Amino acid sequence: MSILVNSETKVIVQGFTGKEGTFHAEQCLAYGTKIVGGVTPNKGGQEHLGKPVFNTVKEAVASTGATVSMIFVPPAFVADAVMEAADAGIELAVIITEGAPVRDMQAAKAYAVKHGMMTIGPNCPGIITAEECKIGIMPGNIFKKGNVGLISKSGTLTYEGANQVCNEGFGITTAVGIGGDPIIGLSYKQLLPMFEADPETEAIVMIGEIGGDLEIQAAEFIKQNITKPVVAFIAGQTAPKGKRMGHAGAIVSGSAGTAKEKMDALEKAGVKVVVSPAEIGKAVKEVLSK
Amino acid sequence: MNIHEYQAKEIFRKYDVPVPRGQLALSVEEAVEAARALGGDVWVVKAQIHAGGRGLGGGVKLAKSIEEVREHASAILGMTLVTHQTGPEGKLVQKIYIEEGADIKDELYLGVVLDRAKEMPVIMASTEGGMEIEKVAEETPEKIVKVAVDPAIGFQGFHGRELVFGLGITDKAEQRKFIDFASKLYRLYLENDAELIEINPLIKTGSGDFLALDGKMGFDDSALYRHPDIEAMRDISEEDPDEREAGKYNLSYVALDGEIGCMVNGAGLAMGTMDTINYMGGTPANFLDVGGTANAETVAKGFEIILKNPKVKAIFVNIFGGIVRCDRIANGILEATKMVDVNVPVVVRLDGTNAAEAAEILKNANISNVISASDLADGAKKAVAAAKGEL
Repeated sequence: MSILVNSETKVIVQGFTGKEGTFHAEQCLAYGTKIVGGVTPNKGGQEHLGKPVFNTVKEAVASTGATVSMIFVPPAFVADAVMEAADAGIELAVIITEGAPVRDMQAAKAYAVKHGMMTIGPNCPGIITAEECKIGIMPGNIFKKGNVGLISKSGTLTYEGANQVCNEGFGITTAVGIGGDPIIGLSYKQLLPMFEADPETEAIVMIGEIGGDLEIQAAEFIKQNITKPVVAFIAGQTAPKGKRMGHAGAIVSGSAGTAKEKMDALEKAGVKVVVSPAEIGKAVKEVLSK
Repeated sequence: MNIHEYQAKEIFRKYDVPVPRGQLALSVEEAVEAARALGGDVWVVKAQIHAGGRGLGGGVKLAKSIEEVREHASAILGMTLVTHQTGPEGKLVQKIYIEEGADIKDELYLGVVLDRAKEMPVIMASTEGGMEIEKVAEETPEKIVKVAVDPAIGFQGFHGRELVFGLGITDKAEQRKFIDFASKLYRLYLENDAELIEINPLIKTGSGDFLALDGKMGFDDSALYRHPDIEAMRDISEEDPDEREAGKYNLSYVALDGEIGCMVNGAGLAMGTMDTINYMGGTPANFLDVGGTANAETVAKGFEIILKNPKVKAIFVNIFGGIVRCDRIANGILEATKMVDVNVPVVVRLDGTNAAEAAEILKNANISNVISASDLADGAKKAVAAAKGEL
């Protein structure tokens, strides 16, 4: 089992024939992801990586039955692409693109919610169900099949966390990179209950960072609803206030959004909080051997 | 990106948001001319730097004669202004703004910022103008009125009513003026892809008019491509030169106080690396995310920027290859050591895609100050030891 995506999931790629889209779609296909086609306006009817290209998402969905879209279009066109996917009946859009304007994502997400489409990202590595389906840009080989679910705002910390979990002899059910922008799609609060309900997931790793309050919301949610053990790391304990740390959303404004307040809230919710990402693997081992 | 007060007020004027009349001056003579052109008998001389708290630091002065304008202008221009937001090193004042004096009856606060939890802009207003809003939020949160406005419906009448009744504005003419002010501010926030607007104080004059006495604006960097007029307001003298230089090479850099330079791929892992160094008893000298396009040139640039800081005693290169392949980084590190004189120990941890090839490349290169590490904990430990001269 897994959450959201598996070996049966039919995926299309928006921005299929571009440089990034091509490179990563090829990697996903090699991993075994069921990519059934892609969308690039004015290239409809062509074939790319052995899959059909369509002019619109509507045509692609009608012809392939795809339910998930992986989006690689440039930042200025992301909102348009997300809304097109929602309008065409896509169930989940995975938005890899970095640098989309906040106002655009605000509108696109509101439209997606209205149409019942889930979104992941933007500015994220994507989602992977180990050894079944990779929709994103992560190195697939480090995700061994197992019993740990992973949710992370950071791409490389997703890899770091998954690698440590696997090195301890465990593995991953599904890992979701939710992205570090100020407005993102699915977050801890929506993903935690999915892992709670997944019979194969026995522990959950959540990796957060400074800025915003999604981790605080998660802490409250965990206290009330999650029975499986959760291990958490919050990046940016040593980050200065008022400075943006790489991700658009990773900024402590005033005294809000610090690593410390998030770590305290999670600890109070019964989460095993580690102070260094180097401890994630060991902490997972500890909570799973209890 | 942030802009100066005088630039924010230019934008306010375009949207008919009431502001006092004023002029920018780059010299004492220009300041005097500006005051004469504005007329009247009271002027305010204001330092233009990208930091709050200018008044307390001596960067805002009232002048009651042209002679006083001259005095204040010569004192403020060229001064190094230290406020709670500039850090102890302060900021050099190169521009001043000369503004007509205003008849202040009440001082309020009005701002617009993104509410990340509600995922829409929120208008914040308070009767406690002139104070630091963070302080008001902490000590008397009931004195802040927050009204989130969904861009899908725009600023409606009820938003305005919530604001004026929340602030206790009872005079009908004043209510109308304040609502008009707030709705224009909301519109300019959206239309310019602002990230933040703050007017502190927003004043009520003796005749019941509202005026933006101050103006602070920040913008969404990702949206600047569609606002060339705002991009043109960029003042590079206000930006950290190292951060700016790094940005040219798609590196994201923030200077810190410690001794261990960090070069990492990905913002989260970069922060996690700093945290781990701290946890192991060391101090990080910087945040540096080499991003997904790292090559020999960008890595060399990274070394160059890190090594500009004389406090750096060791460098920790921590790469988990995803999009960035480790062999490419390894070659980059080797080439970088030829391009830049790296005179401190460099601890290198490469993991992920092509990690084995990368380790081989580094080993065969046989460079004395390059120390390889097996994982994050090992790397941080070695970097801390190297910085202490124990390796």
